Amino acid sequence: MKTLAAKWGLWGGYLAVLLLLPQVFDSILAISIFNQMAIAIVFALSYNMLLGQGGMLSFGHAVYFGLGGFLAVHVLRLMEFETVYFSIALIPLIGGLTGLFAGIFVGSFSTRKAGTVFAMISLGIGELVAASSLIFTGFFGGEAGVSGDRTFGPPLFGMDFFSDVDVYYLAAFWVFVSTLFMYLFTRTPAGRMANAVRDNPERAEFIGYSARWVRFISFCASGMFAGVAGGLFALNYEFLTDENLNLVTSGRVLLMAYIGGLGFFIGPIIGAIVLTLMNFLLSNYTELFLLYLGILFALTVLFLPRGFAGFIMMHQIAWLRGRLHSLALPYLLTGLPALLFILSAVCLLELSHANEPVLHFLGLSLARDSALSWIGLVLGAGLGALLTAKSTPRLRRAWEAANAPNSEAGQEAAP
Amino acid sequence: MPEVLVFATLNGLVTGLLLFMLASGLTVIFSMMGVLNFAHASFYMLGAYFAYSISLYFGYWIGLIVAPLIVGVLGALVERYGLRRVHQHGHVAELVFTFGLAFLIEETVQFFWGADTKNYQTPELLNFPLFTLFGQEFSAYRGFMLAISIGIFIGLYQVLTRSRVGLIIQAAITHPHMVANLGHNVPLIFTAVFGVGTALAGLAGVIAGPVLTTFPGMALVLGSIVFVIVVIGGLGSLPGALIASLLIGLLQSYAIAANVGMPELLELLGLEFPPSHPLDDLWTLDLAQIAPTLPFLLLVLVLIFRPAGLMGKREQ
Repeated sequence: MKTLAAKWGLWGGYLAVLLLLPQVFDSILAISIFNQMAIAIVFALSYNMLLGQGGMLSFGHAVYFGLGGFLAVHVLRLMEFETVYFSIALIPLIGGLTGLFAGIFVGSFSTRKAGTVFAMISLGIGELVAASSLIFTGFFGGEAGVSGDRTFGPPLFGMDFFSDVDVYYLAAFWVFVSTLFMYLFTRTPAGRMANAVRDNPERAEFIGYSARWVRFISFCASGMFAGVAGGLFALNYEFLTDENLNLVTSGRVLLMAYIGGLGFFIGPIIGAIVLTLMNFLLSNYTELFLLYLGILFALTVLFLPRGFAGFIMMHQIAWLRGRLHSLALPYLLTGLPALLFILSAVCLLELSHANEPVLHFLGLSLARDSALSWIGLVLGAGLGALLTAKSTPRLRRAWEAANAPNSEAGQEAAP
Repeated sequence: MPEVLVFATLNGLVTGLLLFMLASGLTVIFSMMGVLNFAHASFYMLGAYFAYSISLYFGYWIGLIVAPLIVGVLGALVERYGLRRVHQHGHVAELVFTFGLAFLIEETVQFFWGADTKNYQTPELLNFPLFTLFGQEFSAYRGFMLAISIGIFIGLYQVLTRSRVGLIIQAAITHPHMVANLGHNVPLIFTAVFGVGTALAGLAGVIAGPVLTTFPGMALVLGSIVFVIVVIGGLGSLPGALIASLLIGLLQSYAIAANVGMPELLELLGLEFPPSHPLDDLWTLDLAQIAPTLPFLLLVLVLIFRPAGLMGKREQ
């Protein structure tokens, strides 16, 4: 019973956070970031459904996002010219249905195999749709894109969607509903079988399930939620271009889901929040944002194959055994030099790319032409790297000690 | 009409053989490690950029030799310290890693060389028309590209099938444990093959850079096409890669050269549509417009109807 209460508490807390966020941070900028996060969360979760839960690596997930978005914008346009009467609140549903139908069509032939074949088909479809979006300018608007206006629909609970806050509440509703349904999907037999097919399609076939059919269901559901995210995008920006369905967007969602942590339900949510925040915080200050993103991604794949969520979950055993506190000091001893190294390295990169003679960074003023600042930074980076390397064995020992089984038998806590 | 055909064929051959230089490395690497290297075209881009920088100081010919070597060493390092580490997490992790690497290399290139197009020139020595046919010139540089590509193909074929090294490589692909038991260092062979494959991609970049322009997006332009070729040819099949490269090269070249499209087709069928038809974009398509989509269309069709590719082995 306790776990059930915890679960209800968790979902209630999620809803409360979604509703209270704009009350706490009520600046226009914050709201626009929350809207971006909302879109990213739904999109990344739908991607996780495919790759994390179903084991299908897709390089063309933006197709369902973009098609959903484009159709949503076209519906907005129809509402603007009063050809149809429709509720703004249901626009993401239009996106979702578009994504679902596109998913049914593509999934009917692409889900026969997972792995490389599926990845290649998704890449082919992605490139095909992206290339056609530049040809069929009537629907996709060519390079200029298509724009609509969300304020022409009938008002909803007194909201006319002029401001971003109105859009936020609508998006929050859709994020909550989508998250809930995607979570519930993982609990259905279809969701469970998706995991089984991911891990071993042969065994799944032997107990009587068609691996292809299981993949197809996941694929369609994932396409639908990507379409919902596209619909939200259309509502928020009122504008779509070919970039929303090409490889760049497909790659971004892969990055988000992977950095957040595949296979964990909460992983893509973390990834979406972290990357949207990073995008906002860094892209205003540095031209090298994408370089940092690439480095972060490469490091995550190399050292944290299960992403941020996986990193957090790694501590579960130590926590259950009540030894988490023993890790704090070793973490600090390794973390601080590592931070010094990272900051010095970032500063070096920025300094080598600075347009102005003096670079202001974390309260420091560094002259580009002075040898002193270069030497200082290289020394800082070197010292940081050296101390990090020195302290790593201690961290490893502490880690092993914290995860070691308890000496008395029977104290083992259930995972 | 014949001059269009001849030049379309020649240009198609040049493109096709260039694509083959990339595809050959990619397909051999695939058959060894079972992973499609998304970053393969990024090494092609690195080749072009290194050669450009070297050519500024030492001239084109030094760049032609040195740049592929640098790229090969970089590739070997990536295999040794990146891919091998990720390998234990499975194929998806490897594919994702190479995807991230492609992204990272593009950003790194922008960091060092900037986002603008580089003025990488063909060497003075080859700045003359090789021959003139129907009043149209075929530049000597394109002939040079053709010669290098054919030379590489023959060399690669000879090494892989006739030499002892090639024998060991082929054995390491199919029976890595047996080869290791016979005393060969299989991981080292893998690293070396990865290095040579990326060096070939680098060489392709060096010779293609002046013609196809050297800019940070050049990997993206060619990257997915090379993927398409390897898949269409049959994963791991070298002859398949050659056929598919030439097929794609010629197909694109003909599609761009051919001056036909939907209007002509409709005229042939005796159909006519009002000018402001909702599907107007469809009725006015011509072949040159859809040329960029053809490889991907072919890819999807091949994967649906013949997943093993043209020359690939049937999956067990």
